Parts: sequence; structure tokens; C-alpha cells
Amino acid sequence: MEDPATAFLAGGHGPDAGVPAHSLRHAPGPYFGSYGGRWMPESLIAALDELEDTFEKAKADPEFLAEVAELNKNYSGRPSLLTEAKRFSEHAGGARIFLKREDLNHTGSHKINNVLGQALLARRMGKTRIIAETGAGQHGVASATAAALLGMECVVYMGAEDCRRQSLNVARMQLLGATVVPVTNGSQTLKDAINDALRDWVANVGNTHYLLGTAAGAHPFPAMVRFFHEVIGEEARGQILDQIGRLPDAVCACIGGGSNAIGIFHGFLDDPSVKIYGFEAGGDGVETGRHAATITLGLPGVLHGARSYLMQDDDGQTVESHSISAGLDYPGVGPEHSYLHDVGRVTYEPITDAEAMDAFKLLSQTEGIIPAIESSHALAGAIKVGRRLTESVATPSDIVIIVNLSGRGDKDVETAAEWFGMLDENGHVKGTMLSTRSAKGATPAGSVDERTADENAEDATHE
Amino acid sequence: MSEAHARTAGSQSAGSKSAAAIDRAKAAGRKALIAYLPAGFPDKQASIDAALAVARNGADIIEIGIPYSDPVMDGAVIQAATTQALANGFRVADVFDIVAAVTAETDAAVLVMTYWNPVLRMGVDEFSRRLAEAGGAGLITPDLIPDEAAEWFAASDKYGLDRVFLVAPSSSPERVAMTVATTRGFVYAVSIMGVTGARAAVANTAQAVVAAAHAAGAERVCVGLGVSRPEHVREIAAYADGVIVGTALVAALRDGGVPAVGALAKELSTGFVPAAATPSSTTGASRQ
Ligand SMILES: Cc1ncc(COP(=O)(O)O)c(C=O)c1O
Repeated sequence: MEDPATAFLAGGHGPDAGVPAHSLRHAPGPYFGSYGGRWMPESLIAALDELEDTFEKAKADPEFLAEVAELNKNYSGRPSLLTEAKRFSEHAGGARIFLKREDLNHTGSHKINNVLGQALLARRMGKTRIIAETGAGQHGVASATAAALLGMECVVYMGAEDCRRQSLNVARMQLLGATVVPVTNGSQTLKDAINDALRDWVANVGNTHYLLGTAAGAHPFPAMVRFFHEVIGEEARGQILDQIGRLPDAVCACIGGGSNAIGIFHGFLDDPSVKIYGFEAGGDGVETGRHAATITLGLPGVLHGARSYLMQDDDGQTVESHSISAGLDYPGVGPEHSYLHDVGRVTYEPITDAEAMDAFKLLSQTEGIIPAIESSHALAGAIKVGRRLTESVATPSDIVIIVNLSGRGDKDVETAAEWFGMLDENGHVKGTMLSTRSAKGATPAGSVDERTADENAEDATHE
Repeated sequence: MSEAHARTAGSQSAGSKSAAAIDRAKAAGRKALIAYLPAGFPDKQASIDAALAVARNGADIIEIGIPYSDPVMDGAVIQAATTQALANGFRVADVFDIVAAVTAETDAAVLVMTYWNPVLRMGVDEFSRRLAEAGGAGLITPDLIPDEAAEWFAASDKYGLDRVFLVAPSSSPERVAMTVATTRGFVYAVSIMGVTGARAAVANTAQAVVAAAHAAGAERVCVGLGVSRPEHVREIAAYADGVIVGTALVAALRDGGVPAVGALAKELSTGFVPAAATPSSTTGASRQ
């Protein structure tokens, strides 16, 4: 059988031929070229089989699809907007930038799309407990939300380092009734949280669904997670056609494990005129070794159940990734992205912490939208792509780019404040400690620091 | 994939070092004791000494585990040991030196237990060639299922290595049959749905897993996960062909060094002596 990608790139399609003869959009797994598969302990294969079976049936079941659509509309708030970022566009060579507003979804990111779908599947399988890993905390928050909505128990594994970086999201999960387990193994970030979630799953697979948060892992996860995010690309395609009457020239997304990206890419993979870009976390710069640019610098290997590009050393040990963005701080990537890279359909490039934070500030101050730091990588990439694509055209505004704004930046305010030097030596936002009043009407001179550390009976003795 | 390799069914014992070790134990009227120890823990030489100590105190097969950054099938004790080995500078190629040192000194079969990515990184053929050259018996692969093992089938056939796959309480009859058909050496029966770690009692799921593998034609089935005491060994020996002990030995090595791990192996092997017999007449003594 001819490889669909090869056929597609060779032109086995036509712009007005309707559905291309060789579609890249619906790769079913388990394999994407030589990537994907199930590199998993035997103990979990039965659960993966059950999940695959449930998913395949649900996908073809109008009742299930209606359930997902209803929640997307009346709970998450879909369709999410497509917003033209006019002032931001000026910084991208004058190309017109449109933002796919996944930041406006309930819980603040694209993660909810996948979570609702999988939680419904978990219920179909009779599971009463969901477990999840989380990096930025967005997927954990979304999972805790779905668990609350469907009345399920929820345990979220989160690297201890990420708990520190995203403490607000830890509190959010707890407020939603979930248990957060800080993971102190290894690099104490996302990959180690996945390891612990897998260990939990092996031991509790009878009543537990592992709600994996990205388009990675063993089959059926990559294809299934993509399926629940396809709505992003389908909406965006329809919205851009509505708004400007044609397809965009480029689509940009950030790549952690690759779920928001594959969701929006899906809508455009079969449109050869649309260039597609994935932006990985370049951390301190790929030349420093401190980055999470898996496709840019990794080699194929197996981790967490799939064969894919992987940051690894000469011994095949996973190398720790680094990024200011907890959600992109992962040394692996979903297998479909490895495939799309190898066949050349999608271009993957690194964006450094500094470039992402510049874009973070720029969007905030030109559009009044504070983006997630993850999404800021896509914004920084779009600036580069915009400048490149407008170079050779007479009218820059002829170039149209859609950026998947995968999440909002509320969770990142503390990180950003630190990055931009807005904190004093005690970690307080500068200028916020001037009040001479006391919250409890106590000693006016007491510093807030001491008071919060010691807000109990002893306080009274000072009075 | 299972059909393609069905031809290997029945070849479980042909030229297999671990099958031969299990058969020797059987001929001596007992079952095989299989001891897991991590390579490079607490350091390279001590891991060799520990392996020799267990071999001299009753272990018929030694599993040398390759420390790996993401050991999803391991519990806290083994994770801590392998993390320490990595921190001490363990390199994957060290495992060949360890295997060679152990096979030179004992007649225990030496298997390597490894997550798959380190093998993939070195190259499946190259890894297999070097393992065979070191005298290794084969591989136990906790995160490689037969469905993904085409390269490993080829290399293990080429170099005459055992390929020990796992069956679990959750494995369907079809998967048990496929795994049994593709395994060489013995089938590793996972006693419980969980990760490595000592447990107070052997899970009652273990016997059914062994029975399923035997029923599917496996000649040798050994039980691992959670086995830590002579009573466990005795219980499992009643229905399986071998007993695999890991965490308990690693903890003994951690706490009491090489003498302690040797003493525990000796104690565990008393589990093979019928309860009525005197515990002092250990069957492993003949190895010394
Ligand atoms: C807002 C946001 N965008 C992107 C990501 C990266 O994940 P993925 O690549 O799966 O979309 C995360 C992960 O936490 C996130 O929170």
C-alpha cells in the first residue's frame, strides 16, 4: 500500500477535488509510519484493549457524539472564538494573525476537550476513579473538573517542581475535590508524574481510567486524544472561511506532548496550501542543552508507551527537559508529530524562553489577552513565520496566520512577574506591601510576611 | 504478529540457558530460585559480588537489572537503588562486564532485565551480540510485549538468547497463548496487578496466571512480584517452576551489604525444602 503521506506530498490530491485521495487527517493508529505502537507492560494491555474497543464503538455512536457535543457547547462554551489580533499583527511583518481562543474554554485551556471525552468513556467502561498527570496543572484542573461534573474520584500526579511553579493550580484541583500527589522522583516534572500515574494504573486498573492529557502514550491514546481535539481545527477552518473567505497561509501551535497542536492541525492537514508549524520549547536555547525541543534535537526511542522522538542520552536514558513553561517541559512528543515531521508536512522549530516571554508581554499589551506561557511559544513562532512569509509579498496583509491560543495565562502570572522583575526580594509584587493597615486590625508595623507565617494564637500575644 | 511467530512455539527449551537451569533444579527435586539485582548497585563491583553471593546460596538464575531513568514497573525500593546506580555513573555497557564476571564464576544462568529503550539505543542486534558474548542467557523485557518485538525475535534467534516475556492476571487467553508461543526460557508470571515491591502475602491471582500459562503449553512458568519470604517460596513452589525474588534482595543488599543478600538467598531457598524436613539442609549448598 502506498504511504498516504508520500502520495499526498506527491500531489495525489487537488484543491477542488473534495476529500483528497490520501488523507493525513484520520490516521487511526496504532502506528504513524514507524511511530506509535504499544511499548507497555503486559499488565496494561487488557486495559488498553478495553479502552480502544470502547472508544471505537463510542466514535460511531451518535448518542456518545451528541453527549460530547452537548458538553462542549453548554459546559465548555464551544465554539471558541476566532479573534483577529490586529495590533499584535503589526509585529509579525504585517501578516494578519487570528487567534483560536482555546483560552476562553471553561478551565482556561484546550485540555477540557480531551478530558470531557475521556471522562465520558471512563463512565462507559464503568470506571469510578480517574487518575491524571499534569505539568502546568491545566490538564489536572480539567480532569478534576470533569471528575466533579461526573461524580468520579480523581487523583492527579504532579511533579514537585511543577507544584511549586504552578501552586495556584494545585489549590484549584484541591478545591475541585481532587487529590494532588506531588512526585519527587527523577526530574520532578511531567515525565515523572506520568511514571507514577502508570504505576497507579497498573495497580488499580479495575476501577481506574488513566486520563492521559496529551496526544502521546500507547495506542489508542494518540489517536483518541486527537479525536477529542479535532473540534479545534474543524471550528477554526470554518471560522476563517467565514471571516475572510479563504484558508489561512499558515497555522501555528505549541508542542508539549502535542495535543492542542494535533487538534488544530487536523483541520488543515489535507490543505496543501496551508503551511503548518509546531513550536517546541527551546528553553535557554537549544545550543545550551537546557530545552525541551524533542523533535528538533531528539532521536527516535520509546517512552511512556510509544515510539517517537525522544530526548535521550547515548545510553537511551531519558534526558531531563527544561522550559519556563511547565506544560511544554516534556522530553517526549506524540508519535503523530514525529511522523508529520519525518514526512515533511509539518515544520517544527524551537522557541526560547525569552522569545516566548516577549510574545507573552506583547499579546497582553497589544490585545488585552494574557496568554499561557505554553501558547506564547506559538505566538512567538507566528511572529517569525509572519515576518518570513511577508518578506516576499507586496501586501503583507495578504498573509493570514492562525495561532492556536491553547490557554490563558492566569496560572502564569507569578512566573511572568518573576521573569519581568516585578517582584521584590521577598517575592512580593513590588509596591504591594505599602499598606499601614493590618488585615486583622493588629500591629500596624508587623510585616505581612511574619503575619501570614504566624497567623494564630501567638499573634494575640503581640497585641 | 502472533501468527508469524507461532512457529517458535515448542522451541521454548532449545538451547536455552535459563530453561536448563530450571531443569537442573527440577532434577534436584526442587524448583528454581531466580534472584533479581540491579546492575551497578551499590556500585559495579558490589553488584557483581552480590550476584555471586546469591548464586552461591541457592539462586539458579540471576536477573541483572539495567538501571533506567523511567522504570514504570518498579516500586520505591528498586527505583531508589537504580537511581543511585545511575547517580554513581552506571553506563549500560557495564552490564556486559557484570554478566561476564558472574557467568565466569558460577553456573547460574544470567538474564538481563531491561526496559526497552536502552536496548533500542544501542541497537537490538548489537546489544544482543554483546550480551551473548558476555555469556548472558537472554533478556526479560518488562515493557516490550511480543506484539512489538519483531527486531528482538530476529536478534534473539540469531544469538541464541532467551526472550522472557511477561503474562499478567489481566492477560486474555489469546494473549497468554501468543506470549507463551513466543517466549523462550520461561514465562514470567506477574503475580499481581502492580509494580515491584515486597508484599506481606503472595497474591491469590498468581496461581491462576501460572495455570493459564501452563494450559497454553508453557513448559516453565516462574512467579514474580511481591515474593519476599521462604513461606512465599514454599507456597509458589507448589504450582510454579520457579520463584522470582527482587525487592527483598535489593533491600537486604542496601541494608546489610553482600553478606546479607547471600544470607537472604540461603533463607529463601529453604522454602523449597518440604515443610517437614530440616530447614538447615539447603539445596543450594551443592553450588559452592
Ligand atoms: C495552555 C497549554 N498549552 C499547551 C500545553 C501543552 O500540551 P499539548 O502539547 O498536549 O497541547 C499545555 C500543557 O499543559 C497547556 O496547559
